[in-house]
Amino acid sequence: MNDLAYDKPLPEPSAVSRPYWDALREHRLVLQCCRQCHTVRHYPRPVCDRCYSMDYEWIPASGRGTVHSWSTYHHPFHFAFKRDMPYVVLTVDLEEGVRLQAPLRGADASALRLGAPVEVVFEDATDEITLPAFRLL
Amino acid sequence: MSLRDQACVTGIGETRYTRETTRSQAELTFEASLAAIADAGLDPKDIDGVVPYAMGGVIAEDFVTNFGLPDLRYSAVTPMGGASSVAALQNAALAVAGGLANHVLICLGRGALSTGRITDRIGMMPQFRLVAEHEMPMGTVAPAQFYAPMARRHMELYGTTSEQLGEIAVTFRRHAQLHDNAMMQKPMTLADHQASRMIADPLRLYDCCLESAGAAAVVISRADLARDCRHTPVYIGGVAEGHPDSPSTITQRPDICRIGLAKAAPKAFAMAGVTHADIDVAEIYDCFTYIVLCQLEDMGFCAKGEGGQFVQGGRIALGGELPVNTHGGLLSQAHIAGMNHIVELTRQLRHQAGARQVPDAEVGLVTGYGDLGDGSIAILHR
Ligand SMILES: [Zn+2]
Repeated sequence: MNDLAYDKPLPEPSAVSRPYWDALREHRLVLQCCRQCHTVRHYPRPVCDRCYSMDYEWIPASGRGTVHSWSTYHHPFHFAFKRDMPYVVLTVDLEEGVRLQAPLRGADASALRLGAPVEVVFEDATDEITLPAFRLL
Repeated sequence: MSLRDQACVTGIGETRYTRETTRSQAELTFEASLAAIADAGLDPKDIDGVVPYAMGGVIAEDFVTNFGLPDLRYSAVTPMGGASSVAALQNAALAVAGGLANHVLICLGRGALSTGRITDRIGMMPQFRLVAEHEMPMGTVAPAQFYAPMARRHMELYGTTSEQLGEIAVTFRRHAQLHDNAMMQKPMTLADHQASRMIADPLRLYDCCLESAGAAAVVISRADLARDCRHTPVYIGGVAEGHPDSPSTITQRPDICRIGLAKAAPKAFAMAGVTHADIDVAEIYDCFTYIVLCQLEDMGFCAKGEGGQFVQGGRIALGGELPVNTHGGLLSQAHIAGMNHIVELTRQLRHQAGARQVPDAEVGLVTGYGDLGDGSIAILHR
């Protein structure tokens, strides 16, 4: 894929989030988990807000979750999304207890309700960056 | 020690509010500041504290340079976006109550398109670091998109409708038409609201605030000094700020329908020693209609989920039980990041609001709301 052709905003992985983005590039969803109290946290950050441990590991996530909320975007606030309008962006409760925001593929908002089961899919944006998306189960 | 009634709003000032301007943020801010100081009956050289807007293009030292302040002895910023102005009331009250200053100037100017569109500004702000990494790549780049999932969940859980959000927009528009310094003078019906194009479902165009140019300022004085100022002193009875859980991303917030104001409001009411029934008028930060509804719930004017019904039937209109945004708010007067709300509440409590006056207004409240859910509240009384 030609990186120059990709004109949407891209994440700039930080030292703490790099393994998350590296795993997505391999089409795996991983989450940060405290080694001391085993609380899963997202988005990646240095300290566990439950026990304050800075010791953590990356665990595989199931990729399954349920719809917490959503919005259908109609107005492109960034020019590169104009060609996608309208599209749905979901807020999803992952099985591991944290949330993920990503677009819904293959359906529109008429199919949605709170709690609807979804599954993550992977979309390669560039050679370096893969972004998550969802499809209804 | 309580901050209750230790400080007063003694001066208010505003520029004309417009869509665009050729004037700098700094010029507009100085114009509003000089107006507020004159309104207090003070000389600029009486100002010994300044709390400028963190994103306002001016710093405290600019007031020494331009006004020749002989002894600026207190300065601070309250970087909470749209919650900054009301949070600055807390900061200024603390400064005068603690003997650090006599008269503190709070000011905020916006140069509209000349200082950049909202989406450009957001990408540069440190509080959006997590959003920039994890949500902007999904196309979530603007406040309407940040808050749409809050409104959608509220609708799904409680049956809140777009028409109920529209009631808020239509009411504030009617109020704006009574104000000669309000940008939106054209009437708006509920049908107009429903016909306005969808931006980020469920938020329509008329659920979204304006972008404006202009500035507003207020002077906060120590209570004993306020009695010598030109107008009836307006006391800061109670004031508080509150930060939501997961402040840097709504997506990860345990309850996405609960914002920082829920933590701040009980503290402000307790400090002021008043109840909800005592509030004669409320100026509520209205970047989006849903955010007004959410704040009414989180302040306890109704239970969570009842906001939609609460705003119906004229309750929040002039003449209703709780008149809200008597100046038209950010939705229909101008987006001066809530400094215009403090100015309006002060006018109401001085009984200077003309056709918009809430009869015999004695006690009122003003709120601020900053991305992505910071809250601030002040309860003022005459
Ligand atoms: Zn832990």
